[in-house]
Amino acid sequence: MTPAGSLLVADELHKAYGPTTALDGADFSIHPGEVVAVMGPSGSGKSTLLHCLAGIVTPDSGSILYAGREMATMSDAERSALRRSEFGFVFQFGQLVPELTCVENVALPLRLNGTSRKQAERTALTWMERLEVDDLAKKRPGEVSGGQGQRVAVARALVTSPRVLFADEPTGALDSLNGERVMDLLTEAARSTNAAVVLVTHEARVAAYSDREIVVRDGKSRDMERIV
Amino acid sequence: MCRVVDMSIGHTLLGLLESGPRHGYDLKRAFDEKFGHDRPLHYGQVYSTMSRLLKNGLVEVDGIEAGGGPERKRYAITDAGITDVERWLATPEAPEPYLQSTLYTKVVLALLTHRNAADILDTQRSEHLRMMRILTDRKRKGDLADQLICDHALFHLEADLRWLELTTARLDKLAEAVAK
Repeated sequence: MTPAGSLLVADELHKAYGPTTALDGADFSIHPGEVVAVMGPSGSGKSTLLHCLAGIVTPDSGSILYAGREMATMSDAERSALRRSEFGFVFQFGQLVPELTCVENVALPLRLNGTSRKQAERTALTWMERLEVDDLAKKRPGEVSGGQGQRVAVARALVTSPRVLFADEPTGALDSLNGERVMDLLTEAARSTNAAVVLVTHEARVAAYSDREIVVRDGKSRDMERIV
Repeated sequence: MCRVVDMSIGHTLLGLLESGPRHGYDLKRAFDEKFGHDRPLHYGQVYSTMSRLLKNGLVEVDGIEAGGGPERKRYAITDAGITDVERWLATPEAPEPYLQSTLYTKVVLALLTHRNAADILDTQRSEHLRMMRILTDRKRKGDLADQLICDHALFHLEADLRWLELTTARLDKLAEAVAK
Protein backbone atom coordinates (compact mmCIF):
# COMPACT_ATOMS: atom_id res chain seq x y z
CA MET A 1 0.00 0.00 0.00
CA THR A 2 1.35 3.44 -0.90
CA PRO A 3 0.46 6.14 1.64
CA ALA A 4 -1.21 8.92 -0.35
CA GLY A 5 0.98 11.90 -1.19
CA SER A 6 4.24 10.21 -0.17
CA LEU A 7 7.43 11.37 -1.84
CA LEU A 8 9.47 8.29 -1.03
CA VAL A 9 7.96 4.88 -0.30
CA ALA A 10 9.69 1.58 0.40
CA ASP A 11 7.84 -1.69 0.52
CA GLU A 12 9.06 -5.08 1.82
CA LEU A 13 12.78 -4.37 1.53
CA HIS A 14 15.16 -7.29 1.98
CA LYS A 15 18.92 -6.99 2.07
CA ALA A 16 21.58 -9.44 3.24
CA TYR A 17 25.35 -9.06 3.44
CA GLY A 18 26.52 -12.65 3.05
CA PRO A 19 24.91 -14.66 5.83
CA THR A 20 23.88 -11.53 7.74
CA THR A 21 20.36 -10.24 7.20
CA ALA A 22 20.29 -6.43 7.40
CA LEU A 23 16.72 -5.82 6.21
CA ASP A 24 13.96 -8.37 6.53
CA GLY A 25 10.82 -6.87 5.03
CA ALA A 26 11.22 -3.21 6.02
CA ASP A 27 8.66 -0.59 4.93
CA PHE A 28 8.98 3.18 4.92
CA SER A 29 7.21 6.29 3.67
CA ILE A 30 7.72 10.02 3.95
CA HIS A 31 5.84 13.10 2.75
CA PRO A 32 7.36 16.36 1.50
CA GLY A 33 8.23 18.63 4.42
CA GLU A 34 8.05 15.78 6.93
CA VAL A 35 10.84 14.83 9.34
CA VAL A 36 10.82 11.09 10.09
CA ALA A 37 13.19 9.60 12.66
CA VAL A 38 14.47 6.09 11.99
CA MET A 39 15.30 4.62 15.38
CA GLY A 40 16.57 1.31 16.64
CA PRO A 41 19.52 -0.31 18.38
CA SER A 42 22.97 -0.64 16.78
CA GLY A 43 22.98 -3.23 14.04
CA SER A 44 19.19 -3.18 13.66
CA GLY A 45 19.39 -2.22 9.99
CA LYS A 46 18.51 1.47 10.20
CA SER A 47 21.59 2.68 8.27
CA THR A 48 21.05 0.01 5.62
CA LEU A 49 17.48 1.22 5.26
CA LEU A 50 18.74 4.78 4.75
CA HIS A 51 21.32 3.64 2.20
CA CYS A 52 18.65 1.73 0.25
CA LEU A 53 16.24 4.69 0.32
CA ALA A 54 19.00 6.99 -0.92
CA GLY A 55 19.93 4.67 -3.79
CA ILE A 56 23.42 4.07 -2.38
CA VAL A 57 22.73 0.37 -1.79
CA THR A 58 20.47 -1.79 -3.96
CA PRO A 59 18.10 -4.01 -1.96
CA ASP A 60 17.93 -7.73 -2.79
CA SER A 61 14.16 -7.45 -3.16
CA GLY A 62 11.31 -5.07 -2.50
CA SER A 63 10.31 -1.80 -4.06
CA ILE A 64 11.37 1.83 -3.58
CA LEU A 65 9.30 4.52 -5.27
CA TYR A 66 10.67 8.04 -5.45
CA ALA A 67 8.19 10.62 -6.75
CA GLY A 68 6.25 7.74 -8.23
CA ARG A 69 9.25 6.18 -10.04
CA GLU A 70 10.63 2.75 -9.19
CA MET A 71 14.28 3.23 -8.29
CA ALA A 72 15.25 -0.30 -9.33
CA THR A 73 14.37 0.53 -12.94
CA MET A 74 16.66 3.58 -13.01
CA SER A 75 20.13 3.36 -14.53
CA ASP A 76 23.21 3.98 -12.35
CA ALA A 77 23.61 7.36 -14.06
CA GLU A 78 20.00 8.29 -13.26
CA ARG A 79 20.42 7.28 -9.63
CA SER A 80 23.66 9.29 -9.40
CA ALA A 81 21.93 12.34 -10.86
CA LEU A 82 19.14 11.90 -8.34
CA ARG A 83 21.62 11.78 -5.47
CA ARG A 84 23.39 14.89 -6.76
CA SER A 85 20.37 17.09 -7.38
CA GLU A 86 17.34 15.78 -5.47
CA PHE A 87 18.94 14.26 -2.36
CA GLY A 88 21.15 15.82 0.30
CA PHE A 89 23.31 13.94 2.79
CA VAL A 90 24.62 14.64 6.28
CA PHE A 91 26.69 12.04 8.08
CA GLN A 92 28.35 11.80 11.44
CA PHE A 93 31.98 12.24 10.41
CA GLY A 94 34.39 13.38 7.74
CA GLN A 95 32.20 14.88 5.12
CA LEU A 96 34.10 18.03 4.27
CA VAL A 97 37.02 18.09 1.84
CA PRO A 98 39.95 19.30 3.99
CA GLU A 99 41.77 21.04 1.11
CA LEU A 100 38.81 23.28 0.26
CA THR A 101 37.59 26.30 2.24
CA CYS A 102 34.20 26.02 3.94
CA VAL A 103 32.43 28.07 1.26
CA GLU A 104 34.04 25.94 -1.46
CA ASN A 105 32.84 22.83 0.36
CA VAL A 106 29.28 24.15 0.53
CA ALA A 107 29.40 25.22 -3.13
CA LEU A 108 30.79 21.85 -4.28
CA PRO A 109 27.47 20.10 -5.11
CA LEU A 110 26.44 23.07 -7.26
CA ARG A 111 29.83 23.11 -9.02
CA LEU A 112 29.44 19.39 -9.77
CA ASN A 113 26.07 20.18 -11.32
CA GLY A 114 27.71 22.72 -13.63
CA THR A 115 26.93 25.98 -11.83
CA SER A 116 29.55 28.72 -12.26
CA ARG A 117 31.93 29.24 -9.36
CA LYS A 118 30.68 32.77 -8.65
CA GLN A 119 27.00 31.78 -8.64
CA ALA A 120 27.67 28.59 -6.65
CA GLU A 121 29.58 30.44 -3.94
CA ARG A 122 26.93 33.16 -3.76
CA THR A 123 24.21 30.53 -3.16
CA ALA A 124 26.54 28.71 -0.75
CA LEU A 125 26.96 31.86 1.32
CA THR A 126 23.21 32.38 1.70
CA TRP A 127 22.95 28.84 3.08
CA MET A 128 25.92 29.42 5.35
CA GLU A 129 24.13 32.51 6.70
CA ARG A 130 21.04 30.43 7.46
CA LEU A 131 23.18 27.91 9.31
CA GLU A 132 25.01 30.78 11.04
CA VAL A 133 28.46 29.85 9.74
CA ASP A 134 28.97 32.51 7.05
CA ASP A 135 31.87 33.98 9.04
CA LEU A 136 33.77 30.73 8.45
CA ALA A 137 33.59 31.00 4.64
CA LYS A 138 37.33 31.38 4.09
CA LYS A 139 38.43 28.90 6.76
CA ARG A 140 39.33 25.29 6.05
CA PRO A 141 37.47 22.46 7.86
CA GLY A 142 40.53 21.79 10.05
CA GLU A 143 40.26 25.31 11.45
CA VAL A 144 36.64 25.10 12.68
CA SER A 145 35.02 23.28 15.64
CA GLY A 146 33.04 20.05 15.33
CA GLY A 147 29.71 21.84 15.73
CA GLN A 148 30.63 24.49 13.18
CA GLY A 149 31.88 21.85 10.73
CA GLN A 150 28.62 19.96 11.04
CA ARG A 151 26.62 23.11 10.30
CA VAL A 152 28.82 23.68 7.23
CA ALA A 153 28.01 20.08 6.22
CA VAL A 154 24.27 20.76 6.66
CA ALA A 155 24.59 23.90 4.51
CA ARG A 156 26.30 21.79 1.84
CA ALA A 157 23.57 19.16 2.02
CA LEU A 158 20.89 21.80 1.51
CA VAL A 159 22.62 23.98 -1.09
CA THR A 160 20.99 22.20 -4.04
CA SER A 161 17.55 22.58 -2.36
CA PRO A 162 17.10 18.80 -2.23
CA ARG A 163 13.65 17.29 -1.92
CA VAL A 164 14.94 14.68 0.54
CA LEU A 165 17.65 15.19 3.14
CA PHE A 166 19.21 12.00 4.52
CA ALA A 167 20.84 12.53 7.91
CA ASP A 168 22.65 9.57 9.49
CA GLU A 169 23.42 10.30 13.17
CA PRO A 170 24.07 13.96 12.28
CA THR A 171 24.84 14.92 15.88
CA GLY A 172 26.59 11.71 16.90
CA ALA A 173 29.98 13.38 17.30
CA LEU A 174 28.72 16.54 19.01
CA ASP A 175 28.00 17.52 22.61
CA SER A 176 24.39 18.21 23.68
CA LEU A 177 24.46 21.96 23.11
CA ASN A 178 26.06 21.79 19.66
CA GLY A 179 23.89 18.82 18.67
CA GLU A 180 20.81 20.76 19.61
CA ARG A 181 21.85 23.80 17.59
CA VAL A 182 22.53 21.62 14.54
CA MET A 183 19.11 19.96 14.87
CA ASP A 184 17.36 23.32 15.36
CA LEU A 185 18.91 24.79 12.24
CA LEU A 186 18.68 21.61 10.18
CA THR A 187 14.98 21.03 10.77
CA GLU A 188 14.15 24.72 10.44
CA ALA A 189 15.97 24.99 7.11
CA ALA A 190 14.46 21.76 5.79
CA ARG A 191 10.92 22.77 6.79
CA SER A 192 11.30 26.18 5.18
CA THR A 193 12.11 24.51 1.84
CA ASN A 194 9.53 21.72 2.26
CA ALA A 195 12.31 19.10 2.10
CA ALA A 196 11.59 15.68 3.61
CA VAL A 197 14.16 14.60 6.20
CA VAL A 198 15.04 10.95 6.89
CA LEU A 199 16.78 11.16 10.24
CA VAL A 200 18.61 8.06 11.44
CA THR A 201 19.39 8.30 15.13
CA HIS A 202 19.55 6.26 18.29
CA GLU A 203 19.22 9.38 20.45
CA ALA A 204 15.73 10.19 21.68
CA ARG A 205 16.55 13.89 22.12
CA VAL A 206 17.45 14.07 18.43
CA ALA A 207 14.39 12.04 17.41
CA ALA A 208 12.28 14.56 19.32
CA TYR A 209 12.90 16.99 16.45
CA SER A 210 10.98 14.68 14.10
CA ASP A 211 7.27 14.58 13.29
CA ARG A 212 7.05 10.82 13.78
CA GLU A 213 9.29 7.80 14.16
CA ILE A 214 9.88 4.43 12.56
CA VAL A 215 11.49 1.77 14.73
CA VAL A 216 13.77 -0.75 13.05
CA ARG A 217 14.54 -3.96 14.88
CA ASP A 218 16.09 -7.12 13.40
CA GLY A 219 15.68 -5.66 9.93
CA LYS A 220 11.94 -5.08 10.33
CA SER A 221 10.35 -1.66 10.62
CA ARG A 222 7.41 -0.45 12.68
CA ASP A 223 5.64 2.79 11.90
CA MET A 224 4.59 3.90 15.38
CA GLU A 225 2.05 6.40 14.11
CA ARG A 226 -0.01 3.62 12.57
CA ILE A 227 0.17 1.51 15.72
CA VAL A 228 -0.50 4.06 18.47
CA MET B 1 4.62 19.86 30.50
CA CYS B 2 7.34 22.11 31.89
CA ARG B 3 6.46 23.14 35.37
CA VAL B 4 7.83 23.22 38.84
CA VAL B 5 6.42 20.23 40.68
CA ASP B 6 6.90 19.21 44.27
CA MET B 7 8.74 22.43 44.89
CA SER B 8 8.73 23.85 48.34
CA ILE B 9 6.56 26.88 47.76
CA GLY B 10 7.37 28.25 51.20
CA HIS B 11 11.12 28.17 50.63
CA THR B 12 10.74 29.67 47.19
CA LEU B 13 8.62 32.56 48.46
CA LEU B 14 11.11 33.09 51.27
CA GLY B 15 13.94 33.18 48.73
CA LEU B 16 12.06 35.77 46.70
CA LEU B 17 11.71 37.95 49.80
CA GLU B 18 15.48 38.05 50.27
CA SER B 19 15.80 40.82 47.71
CA GLY B 20 13.42 43.03 49.71
CA PRO B 21 9.95 43.20 51.29
CA ARG B 22 6.97 42.49 48.99
CA HIS B 23 3.21 42.29 49.09
CA GLY B 24 1.52 38.92 48.62
CA TYR B 25 0.42 39.94 45.14
CA ASP B 26 3.99 40.84 44.10
CA LEU B 27 5.22 37.52 45.49
CA LYS B 28 2.67 35.61 43.43
CA ARG B 29 3.62 37.55 40.31
CA ALA B 30 7.35 36.97 40.84
CA PHE B 31 6.78 33.26 41.51
CA ASP B 32 4.60 32.78 38.42
CA GLU B 33 7.07 34.62 36.22
CA LYS B 34 10.11 32.65 37.35
CA PHE B 35 8.73 29.23 38.34
CA GLY B 36 5.01 29.02 37.64
CA HIS B 37 5.02 28.27 33.90
CA ASP B 38 1.96 26.09 33.34
CA ARG B 39 0.92 26.12 36.96
CA PRO B 40 0.61 29.58 38.47
CA LEU B 41 0.05 29.89 42.21
CA HIS B 42 -3.43 30.55 43.55
CA TYR B 43 -3.80 33.58 45.76
CA GLY B 44 -5.05 31.26 48.48
CA GLN B 45 -1.79 29.28 48.34
CA VAL B 46 0.26 32.46 48.73
CA TYR B 47 -1.71 33.74 51.70
CA SER B 48 -1.88 30.40 53.51
CA THR B 49 1.88 29.92 52.99
CA MET B 50 2.64 33.43 54.24
CA SER B 51 0.49 32.84 57.35
CA ARG B 52 2.48 29.70 58.08
CA LEU B 53 5.81 31.46 57.57
CA LEU B 54 4.61 34.29 59.80
CA LYS B 55 3.59 31.86 62.53
CA ASN B 56 6.99 30.15 62.35
CA GLY B 57 8.85 33.45 62.63
CA LEU B 58 10.43 33.16 59.16
CA VAL B 59 8.78 36.36 57.90
CA GLU B 60 7.35 39.45 59.58
CA VAL B 61 4.84 42.06 58.54
CA ASP B 62 6.80 45.05 57.34
CA GLY B 63 3.81 47.31 56.81
CA ILE B 64 0.10 47.38 56.10
CA GLU B 65 -1.48 49.49 53.40
CA ALA B 66 -5.10 50.35 53.90
CA GLY B 67 -6.89 51.18 50.68
CA GLY B 68 -10.27 50.99 49.03
CA GLY B 69 -10.10 47.18 48.98
CA PRO B 70 -8.85 44.71 51.56
CA GLU B 71 -5.77 45.71 53.53
CA ARG B 72 -2.44 44.69 51.94
CA LYS B 73 0.32 43.30 54.10
CA ARG B 74 3.91 43.75 53.08
CA TYR B 75 6.15 40.89 54.19
CA ALA B 76 9.86 40.90 55.02
CA ILE B 77 12.11 37.91 55.61
CA THR B 78 13.58 37.49 59.11
CA ASP B 79 17.11 36.29 60.00
CA ALA B 80 15.58 32.90 60.86
CA GLY B 81 13.99 32.91 57.38
CA ILE B 82 17.34 33.59 55.69
CA THR B 83 18.93 30.73 57.66
CA ASP B 84 16.03 28.47 56.62
CA VAL B 85 16.50 29.27 52.91
CA GLU B 86 20.23 28.71 53.25
CA ARG B 87 19.67 25.30 54.87
CA TRP B 88 17.14 24.31 52.20
CA LEU B 89 19.46 25.28 49.35
CA ALA B 90 22.37 23.39 50.89
CA THR B 91 20.39 20.17 51.44
CA PRO B 92 20.52 17.84 48.42
CA GLU B 93 17.23 16.52 47.09
CA ALA B 94 16.68 12.79 47.54
CA PRO B 95 17.32 11.00 44.23
CA GLU B 96 14.15 9.20 43.16
CA PRO B 97 15.01 5.64 42.21
CA TYR B 98 11.56 4.75 40.79
CA LEU B 99 11.96 1.15 41.90
CA GLN B 100 8.22 0.59 41.88
CA SER B 101 7.86 1.27 38.17
CA THR B 102 4.38 0.65 36.82
CA LEU B 103 5.95 -0.01 33.47
CA TYR B 104 8.11 -2.80 34.84
CA THR B 105 4.99 -4.35 36.35
CA LYS B 106 3.17 -4.11 33.03
CA VAL B 107 6.04 -5.78 31.17
CA VAL B 108 6.29 -8.65 33.64
CA LEU B 109 2.50 -9.12 33.68
CA ALA B 110 2.43 -9.17 29.88
CA LEU B 111 5.09 -11.90 29.85
CA LEU B 112 3.28 -13.87 32.56
CA THR B 113 0.02 -13.75 30.62
CA HIS B 114 1.71 -14.46 27.25
CA ARG B 115 0.88 -11.06 25.82
CA ASN B 116 3.24 -9.10 23.58
CA ALA B 117 5.56 -7.20 25.93
CA ALA B 118 7.51 -5.66 23.04
CA ASP B 119 4.31 -3.92 21.92
CA ILE B 120 3.88 -2.39 25.36
CA LEU B 121 7.45 -1.08 25.30
CA ASP B 122 7.12 0.27 21.74
CA THR B 123 3.87 2.04 22.56
CA GLN B 124 5.44 3.54 25.66
CA ARG B 125 8.46 4.73 23.68
CA SER B 126 6.15 6.44 21.24
CA GLU B 127 4.27 8.15 24.07
CA HIS B 128 7.53 9.33 25.64
CA LEU B 129 8.69 10.68 22.28
CA ARG B 130 5.40 12.47 21.80
CA MET B 131 5.97 14.30 25.07
CA MET B 132 9.61 14.97 24.15
CA ARG B 133 8.45 16.57 20.89
CA ILE B 134 6.13 18.90 22.79
CA LEU B 135 8.94 19.86 25.17
CA THR B 136 11.46 20.30 22.34
CA ASP B 137 9.05 22.55 20.48
CA ARG B 138 8.39 24.57 23.60
CA LYS B 139 12.11 24.86 24.23
CA ARG B 140 12.70 26.21 20.73
CA LYS B 141 10.13 28.92 21.24
CA GLY B 142 10.88 29.73 24.86
CA ASP B 143 13.40 31.81 26.77
CA LEU B 144 16.42 30.49 28.64
CA ALA B 145 14.35 29.63 31.74
CA ASP B 146 11.98 27.57 29.57
CA GLN B 147 14.93 25.87 27.93
CA LEU B 148 16.48 24.86 31.24
CA ILE B 149 13.30 23.50 32.76
CA CYS B 150 12.31 21.64 29.58
CA ASP B 151 15.84 20.19 29.38
CA HIS B 152 15.43 18.82 32.90
CA ALA B 153 12.22 17.05 31.85
CA LEU B 154 13.76 15.91 28.55
CA PHE B 155 16.78 14.31 30.22
CA HIS B 156 14.49 12.39 32.58
CA LEU B 157 12.33 11.16 29.72
CA GLU B 158 15.48 10.20 27.85
CA ALA B 159 16.61 8.13 30.83
CA ASP B 160 13.27 6.29 30.74
CA LEU B 161 13.75 5.65 27.05
CA ARG B 162 17.16 4.15 27.63
CA TRP B 163 15.56 1.80 30.12
CA LEU B 164 12.88 0.92 27.54
CA GLU B 165 15.55 0.14 24.93
CA LEU B 166 17.56 -2.00 27.30
CA THR B 167 14.46 -3.87 28.48
CA THR B 168 13.40 -4.47 24.88
CA ALA B 169 16.82 -5.97 24.19
CA ARG B 170 16.50 -8.21 27.27
CA LEU B 171 12.90 -9.34 26.78
CA ASP B 172 13.80 -12.92 25.88
CA LYS B 173 15.87 -13.32 29.04
CA LEU B 174 13.21 -11.66 31.15
CA ALA B 175 10.57 -14.00 29.69
CA GLU B 176 12.71 -16.99 30.72
CA ALA B 177 13.21 -15.60 34.23
CA VAL B 178 9.49 -14.87 34.64
CA ALA B 179 8.52 -18.37 33.47
CA LYS B 180 10.60 -20.04 36.21
